[in-house]
Order: sequence, then C-alpha cells, then structure tokens
Amino acid sequence: MIGALIVRDLNRALRGGGLWLPLAFLLLIASLFPFAVGPDANLLGRTGGGLLWIAALLASLLPIDRLIEPDRDAGVIDQLVVRGTGEGTILLAKLVAHWLSFGPPLLIAALPAAALLKLDSSTVLMVELGLALGTPGLAALALLVAALTAGLKGSGALAGLLVLPLAIPILIFGAGSLSVAGVGALKLVAASSLLLVVLCPLAGGAALRAGRD
Amino acid sequence: MSTARLTIKGLACRRGGRLLFAGLDLDLTAGQSALIAGPNGIGKSSMLRVVAGLLSPFAGTVDASGTIALTDEAAALDREKTLRATLGFWATLDGAGLDRVDAALADLGIAHLAEIPVRILSTGQRKRAALARTIASGADIWLLDEPANGLDTASAQALAAVVERHRAAGGIVLAASHMPLGWRHDAELTLTAPDEETT
Repeated sequence: MIGALIVRDLNRALRGGGLWLPLAFLLLIASLFPFAVGPDANLLGRTGGGLLWIAALLASLLPIDRLIEPDRDAGVIDQLVVRGTGEGTILLAKLVAHWLSFGPPLLIAALPAAALLKLDSSTVLMVELGLALGTPGLAALALLVAALTAGLKGSGALAGLLVLPLAIPILIFGAGSLSVAGVGALKLVAASSLLLVVLCPLAGGAALRAGRD
Repeated sequence: MSTARLTIKGLACRRGGRLLFAGLDLDLTAGQSALIAGPNGIGKSSMLRVVAGLLSPFAGTVDASGTIALTDEAAALDREKTLRATLGFWATLDGAGLDRVDAALADLGIAHLAEIPVRILSTGQRKRAALARTIASGADIWLLDEPANGLDTASAQALAAVVERHRAAGGIVLAASHMPLGWRHDAELTLTAPDEETT
C-alpha cells in the first residue's frame, strides 16, 4: 500500500518539475552569487556554504502548494481513508516521495555549485553531510505546513511564511557545521531533522483529519 | 460477501454548528439497497461520509461488516494519467487486477476511453470513471452519492444493471439522490431537518 503511494507521489512530483527544478535552482543561485558579491575567492569560500544551505531550504519550498492540496481537493485523500489508510501513512508516503524528488538532486547539484563558489574540499564534505541529514527535516517541515494550510486561500504564500521561521534551527545548525562547531552541529542537524520527520505524519495527519470536519 | 451488513442506529450529524439530521436508523443485510432522499443541503452527502468513516457522527453508531467503497462528487482521478492507469492505481490498493478495471469500464460503456488522459474526459465520462473505481474495488458495501448526476439515460441504465448484479452477489448499496434511480430499493429514507432549534 505505502509503496504504491510513494511511487504515485514521486511520479507526480517528477511530472511537476521535480528532480531538475531543485537542481537548476541551486545551480542558478550558485552562479548568480559571484556576480552579486564579486569573484573574490576568499569571500565566496567563506559565505558559499551558508548560501547553499539557504538555497536548499528554499528549494524544499518550491512544490509546497502541490504537496497536499491537489490530492485533498480531488478527493484522493478521502478515497485512501475510506480504504483504511491512516492519514499518518499517507503523509509518510508523501514525505518519502517529496524528499526523493528534491533531496538527492540537491546533493548532486551541490557539487558543481561548490565548484562555482570555490569551496574547499572539507567544506564541501560538511555541506554534503549536512544536507543529507537536514533535507529530510526540511521535507517534513514543508509537508507539515502544507497539510496545515491545505484548503486555505492563498495557502502557498502562507505556507512559505510559516515554514521559514520554523526552519531556522536546521539552518543555524547546518551553517554552523561549516565553522568551528563542526561535527557537533551536524548531530544537532540530525536531531532537528529526526524530530520533524517524526512530527510530520502525526501532526500533519491530525491536521488532515481536522480539516475534514 | 454474503455476510455483508450495514447497521445504522440513531445517527445524527452536525456540521458547522447546525444539526443536519438526527435519529436515523437503517439496517441493510446482504443483497439489500437503500435510497437516501431529500432536498439539496439536507445532509445526504454528509450522511454517506459518516458511514464511510470520513466524518464522525454527532450521535449514534454505524456498524459495517464488509469492505466499503465510496463514489462522491470528487472524482479522485489523476488528471494527467490515462483512465486505465489511474483506475489501475486504485485497483492495486484494493488488491484487484487491471482485468477488473477493464471489466468495470466495459460495464459502464467507457472501455474505449481506457487510454485517454483523464483531463479531457467530459463530466459524465468522469462520473462513470469514478463509479468504475467502486465497481472494480470488489467492496461489499457501495456508497453512491448522486450516482445519476451527469449520466445520460443509457449510462444510468448500465449503472442500474451493475447495481442489480452487485446485489444479486450479496452486496449492499446505499445511494443518496434527489432524483429517482433506476433500481429497486428495500428501504427509502427521506432526510428532514430536525424541528428543534440547536445552538
């Protein structure tokens, strides 16, 4: 059951521009940044890692209005619930599909982006590790907020406003891992990410249930 | 399938602070069908959603033994996929094969649309596709919300024939409609708004 849901959601994400959209987004930001702040390799090397984190956070928001609302509106979620699928299971499947559609593409795009920003190899390693640990949390956060705002007018913009402050801990720990804090900050990224991944099916499922009444 | 049963006792439904109906009783055994009648907005769809488990009842109980399938106004079909593929997804969840999907499409006379994307189907064709999902599901209890909406005469007759076949096989059909449907009902409930004012 959950496998079929993941495959369906992933297919929909791919049709909606998943995979290449986050990839292009990250590369676009990484190539624009040197034009904006100048080609000083030292400056780029110091700020580039944090920039990649901001880009990753924004990339997780790109499909936020397509995560829940179309399925809720079309009655797909109702049909799944009638078949005995829990709302939590539905959200878990959507979480896996959403992460697959933007997490791995970001990890791949971060490599050429790091070259554009002239990051050294140890920074690249920390960015990749941090993104691998942090993107599941970002995916969970985007999905949770999408579930909370599904059915509201202008939910896409509202969802963006809600996610950004909540994503600050992951951003701080993720960017912090690039400076002195190192591996300790990565552990905190992993902890925040885990918390969000656990919270998303529970709270998001409750939001979907409440939204039906 | 012959053990299917649907028992509703003292059901009341409240939406948006307003009591829609109260004290509803219904007992359907294998092979029986019931019609929920009443004007628009009286709570027919809400009642089906309560029976389907999508809404919690304000009072009363719903006991269903057997699997449930619901067809309501929301088609729940993926617009960009072909009809056969999107129904195939639901058939997979229901543990049915594509052969059951093809049979259900043929029953409702839309087998020729199987490879057409859902987004270019007409209203009536989409309604028939949503009904085909319920037919292919193999569920014991069919909940049909305004099943005849958007159907032409021939499709309505085809649906009635499928419903009779489902009943003959021991299935239960609970339909909500504001107009007559082409099959026999063992029970008919007309919803009326409760008299007492509620807050």
